[in-house]
Amino acid sequence: MAGEDELKLLGTWASPWVSRVKLALHLKGLSYEYVEQDLDNKSDLLLTSNPVHKKVPVLIHNGKPICESVVILEYIDEAYGTTGPSLLPTDPYERAIARFWVDYIDQKLVIPWKVAFTADGEEEKTEGIKQMLAVVQTLEGALKECSKGKPFFGGDSVGYVDIALGGLLAFLQGTEELCGTKPFDIANTPLLLAWVERFTALDAAKVALPDVTKLVEFAKTKRAQMALSIKK
Amino acid sequence: MAAKPDLKLLGMSVSPFVIRVRMALHMKGVSHEYIEQDLFNKSELLLESSPVEKKVPVLIHDGKPVCDSPAIVQYIDEVWAATGPPILPADPYERAVARFWTAYVDDKLFPAYVGTAKAATEEERTQQINEMFAVMGQLEEAFAQCSNGKAFFAGDSIGNLDIAVGCNLLLLEVLRSMYGVEFVDTGRTPLLAAWAKRFGETDAAREVVPDVHVAVEYAKKRQAYWAAAAATK
Repeated sequence: MAGEDELKLLGTWASPWVSRVKLALHLKGLSYEYVEQDLDNKSDLLLTSNPVHKKVPVLIHNGKPICESVVILEYIDEAYGTTGPSLLPTDPYERAIARFWVDYIDQKLVIPWKVAFTADGEEEKTEGIKQMLAVVQTLEGALKECSKGKPFFGGDSVGYVDIALGGLLAFLQGTEELCGTKPFDIANTPLLLAWVERFTALDAAKVALPDVTKLVEFAKTKRAQMALSIKK
Repeated sequence: MAAKPDLKLLGMSVSPFVIRVRMALHMKGVSHEYIEQDLFNKSELLLESSPVEKKVPVLIHDGKPVCDSPAIVQYIDEVWAATGPPILPADPYERAVARFWTAYVDDKLFPAYVGTAKAATEEERTQQINEMFAVMGQLEEAFAQCSNGKAFFAGDSIGNLDIAVGCNLLLLEVLRSMYGVEFVDTGRTPLLAAWAKRFGETDAAREVVPDVHVAVEYAKKRQAYWAAAAATK
């Protein structure tokens, strides 16, 4: 495309949804301006770019905003179809499978994780952990199905499902400390465990994912703040 | 002429997600075998084809199942790209806008509908109904933005977003019938009210959308099921 091509990403350093977009931009070799947002004091730019949800990430391409991490990922793949690798598979059936698993991750993994993280009582926490581990087990099966023995969900190279799950990696790595259970282990999820190693070694991961220690500390602080405000 | 595709759709006539997929197939003029499912007594075929979610719709093409209505609609659009009108727009930005609003409708409208039908108290029901009004207000704005003064979200003829929103009109009629609430009215949401009328008159809608009485009956069956489940806890 001739002329100026301007990409701006509104995000927060801790957000896994923002990490997803950073991963995709990096994998495509795209340069962009990153603008850290203060969600307690939302900028005009954020509010005008995402009036419906007022959330990050927002990708602004030549002044036009795209919202929702999954929508942004598909947009990047389509708007930059001839730049860098494809994020989604080319075969329609494989695309449908990839879309299914990304939706599954968004609908099923996050909620029990949050329950396990914020639970007040032991019973609630145990239930959250149980559900989260069941989802992780299903994802182990998904990895086997999608990778067909290759390193990633996308096969030889990182794809859409890898990015969708990969964006959550810092949280997943902090899960033992934050939720009281390891999400992956060699007995139940050997493929995912190996996938985590591979994914975190990627340049894109080093750029896009927040530091796990910093994230865990931040999450604990937020949780304490929320607990305090509820007790008032 | 290409051979008839080996195509089956497992569905339930009043499910908005199933209606959406049937409309997509209709838009593309693709012949298929439709198999109505009993969701209170799930078939082997459904459980095998949708092992993770065990839900409808499931499109089975040459024996391979595709699940999740947004994934199915895009699959249909891609496989039958050379047949019929495009379901999603061609431009990447417009596709992103269509996907954004489809996700919005799926995240907000259907859960509010279920919440309304499932509500145990009047207070709860009112809360859910207010949520639905908020969603419809947002969709009214979306329509203004997307349609650019034309008849449908997608322009002169129906597209992805029309079927994504339109497939839920039946549910709104169910709530009107059961609770007397009007969610699409010329006062509050004039653009949507006019669009809903046009949408209802399309071939796709006429072919695929069942009568509201069928939907009300199903809703009542669901409510009885929830009540029984709650009682046994």
